[in-house]
Amino acid sequence: MKVLAEGKGELLAWITPDEGRKWMRENKPRALIDKRTTMKEAVQRYTKDGEYFAMGGFGHIRLSMEGIYEMIRQRRRNMIMAGKTSVHDVDILIGGGVVDRIECAYAHGHELRGLSPAGRRATESGRVKIIAELSNAAFQWRFKAAAMGLPWLPARIMMGTDTFNYSSSKIVEDPYTDKPITLIPACYPDVAFIHVHRCDKYGNCQIDGTTIEDIELSRAAKRLIITTEKIIPHEDIIDHPDRTAIPHFVVDAVVESRYGSHPGNMPDLYYSDEEHMAEWLKLSRSDDGVHEYMDKYVYGVENQAEYIELIGGEEKMKHLWKLEHLQVPMEAPWRR
Amino acid sequence: MEYNLTELMACVASRELENKKSIFVGTGLPIIATMLAQQLHAPDLLIVFEAGGIGPKIPTIPISVGDSRTFYKAVIAASMDYAMGMAQAGLVDYGFLGAAQIDKYGNLNTTVIGDHDNPKVRLPGSGGANDVGSLCTRTIILMRHDKLRFVNKLDYLTTPGYLTGPGAREAAGLPAETGPYRVITQLGVMGFDEETKEMTLLRVHPGVTVEEVVENTSFELIIPDDVGVTEPPSEEELRLLREEIDPSGIVIGK
Repeated sequence: MKVLAEGKGELLAWITPDEGRKWMRENKPRALIDKRTTMKEAVQRYTKDGEYFAMGGFGHIRLSMEGIYEMIRQRRRNMIMAGKTSVHDVDILIGGGVVDRIECAYAHGHELRGLSPAGRRATESGRVKIIAELSNAAFQWRFKAAAMGLPWLPARIMMGTDTFNYSSSKIVEDPYTDKPITLIPACYPDVAFIHVHRCDKYGNCQIDGTTIEDIELSRAAKRLIITTEKIIPHEDIIDHPDRTAIPHFVVDAVVESRYGSHPGNMPDLYYSDEEHMAEWLKLSRSDDGVHEYMDKYVYGVENQAEYIELIGGEEKMKHLWKLEHLQVPMEAPWRR
Repeated sequence: MEYNLTELMACVASRELENKKSIFVGTGLPIIATMLAQQLHAPDLLIVFEAGGIGPKIPTIPISVGDSRTFYKAVIAASMDYAMGMAQAGLVDYGFLGAAQIDKYGNLNTTVIGDHDNPKVRLPGSGGANDVGSLCTRTIILMRHDKLRFVNKLDYLTTPGYLTGPGAREAAGLPAETGPYRVITQLGVMGFDEETKEMTLLRVHPGVTVEEVVENTSFELIIPDDVGVTEPPSEEELRLLREEIDPSGIVIGK
């Protein structure tokens, strides 16, 4: 196959398919093992400084925020973030000093809320480096290639653009059509968190709503920490096997984390907390403000229960349930 | 009836959308334009969100293209692989895009102003934009019109328009019969010349002159003899936008 062009972005979290097979063969648990643990222990054991990290969900939807807070409390450093529509997750991780490099499809933005002051300031000052670019479709196809045990997947995207030039993809002549096609390299993140609605103690997980790219990511990650709103009996899983989005044999740890996506949205359970987002967006306009936020919401609490009390407790979560279920009007305090 | 420029752009964008087609939608202006089209002339417009929500009945403006509003009463809550694969397979007719910079071939920059490795302003990046611009049959670009945005040379080419001109998309390997279709700004509506693929002025908005459009464009815009004038928003369009689609004024303002 003739290589027509090569992106100059750093090839990250790529291993050969045989290395991938070896990892899966030696590390992934086939047996039903009780994997329940605490967030403290999960972060200590499964995350390491300098590693390539991916967060499930969609930047401010279905996030393991408790996992992010714990990584900050344990002072993880020099991590590379998969910027796969990373929004509040990467912003907080940058603010907390955990991430210093990003492979970027989407970062530095908060979608409808505008740009992210903390992320932008870090990248514009050089504190955070963007070491490769790609598109959203390319990112999830990187995970899909790894999930399939392939070195790459072909796709008809990124050709002719700087997004390709700064990516780790290659363009080749497709032997079937004789036309150029982009090869998206596999990505095996060192560690990933995925937040789900419910799972059993073995890590068989159900997700309500869109799965975004989590089915692909769960199969690509070398180590996978599941955080869950609720732990349910194994029987409830096997009564509805069609509902299993992530099975136990790709899962390394299970942490119960009620309201764990706050201030992000958790479909059907709670909408995003726009008041809290507005507070972060305002405070993160300065480094002092970022420290103030971290002192209050991350270092100032011991665990998730204390955090939820601090952000307004059950009353706030009940309000966000109503917002999710369209019983109270939408808020956009960051517009003010 | 008085209206603001966001309302005008939403109305103009909605009128470009045909019924019984599919569209890749982003947050903000694209979503309200699409919701407006559904309520008026295009009830069977199929909405596709990149995170996997397809065919929803959007109850209120989503903050994210992945939040729970994007699959409210949808026909399927799928995945990004599904939505992007659907576009690559030819099932998505339209795609909305925004940009910080555009050139005469409709190429877009949403990544960086200044040098990539030493940025003056860092923007979010491609997100799904490169995929939408590569794979949807027709893309519609919504953005502000001024000389710093309508440029001769992009600081960074995030999303393909017609690249370097006629035939360039096909030569690069992008799907056949795809590319930018309209550019809608606060000043007017642009299309692309069939032969040269260069941006062409189609209509100016009420009260805007052709000279104003030219003055706000750094590259040479094709100006045909028969430049039209946009129909201003109707009372019904404005009522729907203000009372039903965005009553809190999150996108259109108060």
